[in-house]
Amino acid sequence: MFGRLTTDAFKHEASQNAAVFGMIVTGIALIFLITYFKRWKWLYHEWLTTVDPKRIGIMYIVVVLVMFLKGFADAMMIRLQQVLSVGDSQGFLSAGHFQEVFSAHGTTMIFFVAMGAIFGLMNLIIPLQIGARDVAFPFVNALGFWLFAAAAALNLVSLAIGSFARAGWLAYPPLSSLQYSPNEGVDYWIWIVQIAGIGSTLSGINFLVTILKMRCPGMTLMKMPIFVWSCLCSTVLIILAFPILTATLFMLAFDRSLSMHFFTTDGGGNYMMYVNLIWAWGHPEVYILILPMFGVFSEIVPTFSEKRLFGYASMVFALIFITFISFIVWLHHFFTMGASPFVNAFFGIMTIIIAIPTGVKIFNWLFTKFRGRVHFTSPMLWFFAFLLNFTVAGMTGILLSVPPIDFQVHNSLFLIAHFHGMVIGGVLFGFFAAFTYWFPKFTGYVLNEKLNTAAFWCWLGGFLLAFMPLYMLGFMGATRRLDHYEADTGWHSLFIIVAIGAVILFCGALIQFFGLFWTIFDRKAHLDQTSGDPWNGRTLEWSTASPPPVYNFATIPVVATRDPLWTLKHAEEDPQEPEYEDIYLPKNTAVPICMGFLSLIFGFATVWHIWWLGALSFIAILLCLIIRLSGKDEHILITAKEVEKIETSLKNKRALNASYHLT
Amino acid sequence: MHHTTSHENHALHDFREESFSNTIFGFWLYLMTDCLLFATLFCTFAVLHSQTANGPTSVQIFDLKLVFTETLILLLSSFTSGLALLASLKNKKSQMFLWLGLSFILGAMFVSIELFEFNSLIFEGASFQRSAFLSSYFTLVGTHGLHVSFGLLFLAVLIVQLIVCGITVETFRRLVLFNMFWHFLDLVWIFIFTFVYLMGVV
Amino acid sequence: MHGEPILEKLQKEWHGTLNAYLIGFFLSLFLTSLSFYLVINHSFEGSTLIYALIGLGVLQAIGQLIFFLHIGQEKKPHFGVIALAFTVLILLIVMIGSIWIMHDLNKRVMNMPKMNMETTK
Repeated sequence: MFGRLTTDAFKHEASQNAAVFGMIVTGIALIFLITYFKRWKWLYHEWLTTVDPKRIGIMYIVVVLVMFLKGFADAMMIRLQQVLSVGDSQGFLSAGHFQEVFSAHGTTMIFFVAMGAIFGLMNLIIPLQIGARDVAFPFVNALGFWLFAAAAALNLVSLAIGSFARAGWLAYPPLSSLQYSPNEGVDYWIWIVQIAGIGSTLSGINFLVTILKMRCPGMTLMKMPIFVWSCLCSTVLIILAFPILTATLFMLAFDRSLSMHFFTTDGGGNYMMYVNLIWAWGHPEVYILILPMFGVFSEIVPTFSEKRLFGYASMVFALIFITFISFIVWLHHFFTMGASPFVNAFFGIMTIIIAIPTGVKIFNWLFTKFRGRVHFTSPMLWFFAFLLNFTVAGMTGILLSVPPIDFQVHNSLFLIAHFHGMVIGGVLFGFFAAFTYWFPKFTGYVLNEKLNTAAFWCWLGGFLLAFMPLYMLGFMGATRRLDHYEADTGWHSLFIIVAIGAVILFCGALIQFFGLFWTIFDRKAHLDQTSGDPWNGRTLEWSTASPPPVYNFATIPVVATRDPLWTLKHAEEDPQEPEYEDIYLPKNTAVPICMGFLSLIFGFATVWHIWWLGALSFIAILLCLIIRLSGKDEHILITAKEVEKIETSLKNKRALNASYHLT
Repeated sequence: MHHTTSHENHALHDFREESFSNTIFGFWLYLMTDCLLFATLFCTFAVLHSQTANGPTSVQIFDLKLVFTETLILLLSSFTSGLALLASLKNKKSQMFLWLGLSFILGAMFVSIELFEFNSLIFEGASFQRSAFLSSYFTLVGTHGLHVSFGLLFLAVLIVQLIVCGITVETFRRLVLFNMFWHFLDLVWIFIFTFVYLMGVV
Repeated sequence: MHGEPILEKLQKEWHGTLNAYLIGFFLSLFLTSLSFYLVINHSFEGSTLIYALIGLGVLQAIGQLIFFLHIGQEKKPHFGVIALAFTVLILLIVMIGSIWIMHDLNKRVMNMPKMNMETTK
């Protein structure tokens, strides 16, 4: 009846019990609060059934912040274990639990924090920057989000019920095969990643069509903001790379559930093929994560230098070049698996080549600032943090791309330091920059600059302290994923420094969360007193109110240049009185959240071999789809008169905000 | 329901026309993801096809006459679905239903033959658990068959919609999408019968 | 609904013709039959046969792309063709790259000795 689910699945070590307890208490508190403030209807109509990408983007960010807490907690546990577990001491985590923690840390951070961050940004920014009212496929977009949320929920469930995978964030066989990981852990991992992956693929398709087909009149491809270009390239990578992951995960699942022999040690299976396939996806994946963040900096640097981006065409070419080459480097993740020198050298050279366009981009950002009027706002500070940390980590990447060097430091803490530099220095700092930059646009409030600055210093200092010693440790022979080491290695003091760095990072994160709450608590002081353009922006999103109306633009803009808002601000003619027209927008729908919830059930049932429940939920998902894909297309209509009313009230509100400045 | 003026009609008209062409392109991109999915499975088959674990080999288990029959059936089904679309362009409903019905029957025959083939293999002891070759064979061909089965479900639902609502913008769009899907599956089959069956016997 | 203006416009603009489908069908029929004939009759030796089969398969695929899937007949810009071209390129890179890598690895890495290849079930 319940497959292999027993009450044993609910028994955990003390620290895990505390986490589960915390989750349950938070959940109950949330439900209580929503009921107390009578907000269920509002939640359902305004958020859970929405197809508005601005709302969906905010929901992505909420999930990202929650999952960031989880992933960060995992990281702190790893640091604490590695500072305690030396010599005679065994630390506070058992070996098995430690393996679950580092596997969960990677899985959570990559699939939920990083991927969620880029999709959140795409939802929020792309339609506004291309002068569109909506995305191409609002339903598919919402579905993509709810699948993402379902996978995140399954991830949290795996903390409470049963155990997670112990095979790392990529679950290599034979360790992840049934023989060596017989319990539900790897199955959880497979379905969490699979459901999230399908959501990502759907969202990727949606945004590629949106960018190619829904730009406003006059916005040719070579006039788009570079952020949109970077998302275009990222979605191309998503569309081409994620199916590889989907297929590979199915094959691993078939090995485990149907006794097939793709990657087994017997029956002719070849587990090296798994490593090959997973990295054929995995390498494009890291470019999927970083390209939008490059795009974010391409928006922030010109705005806070009051100068247009240097070398627009070379930026585009660099993006396209990176997109293509990212498919020809994947073997550098497994130089040591045993390929011949010729094969290793080929991929090593390709990896070195792919660093070149990134270098071009960095120089272009620097040349943009040269002779510009630079404003050291917090988004710009995050750019500097990125510049230092990402570039240094990138250079260690060049080191790693040389196979003989990689043979020395592969899977050591040197590697860990490298990729954290890329992901934290690039993706996370990019996300922080985007968050502080665009927060005013979607809320109407500017985040507290003092707290932002304090957080920046904590992250910068903490990162250097927490990760630079890891390079040294790697050279000293420290392998990754160690739950214990001997005292005579001499590593202990470095691990202490690293742990202190982690605590400083934690302080940075705390300040950021506090800053968010403080901004909301003391909102009057943080009100955006401009007409929705606190940074004197250059692109179309800054021409709307903060937050923008549901239809984004009352009249679709017509552009003629890059940085169209900058052109408009410095134009000689007065803007004409807008002629309002009727606006059609897609209707809200409950189908995406239903399908998301059913996917959660399906994932859970499949993990625990509750086959009847899995079959039922799968059929229900199909039924949802069939119901949705039958019948006529439906829209809501906002008449021209209603648009005029909304626009007038927004104008008045802006005047009111500006007047606060005088009081 | 709103009584729309001609001005509103124009806005909605543009919105729906754009929506039609966007949907076609979006579905095309989904087919591109399916290309990569099948490519991964083909690639795995290529790497593992010689790993028979002292079990049945491709020469031993493939029945080319059956495969030829299957191939022709699927090709015919692809052709009749195209004819159905042509009929819908001229609103010739009874012709359209005839061709759609034929496409369904032929598609169902294809799946049945494949299920029969799989079943007899399993009974002979050549199941997907026997070796890496058989695992990758069953998965590649089975994934294609699963896609065809979903296509049949898509077609069945679409036929019902066409009966109930007639040819509307929505049902026409879905007919176009079905056609794209169905032709695409026949395209993938070309590579399956060439690389799996024909080369497996060589 | 019958006579909805947008439906009529879409139907008029659609680019499939009976001739296209007929050509596609008979071309595919011919190429398929030829492929099977070559194999059943052992018409060529080893690698020649393989190249012939690949050639026939690719030809049929192109035929079906043109005549059934109407590739390249959409309005400018031809995003569909670009998408297909890039997909095929990446697909070939990933497939050929993987086969090359795995072939290289299998040669160099000690696999389970042949006698151990039986399934242990």
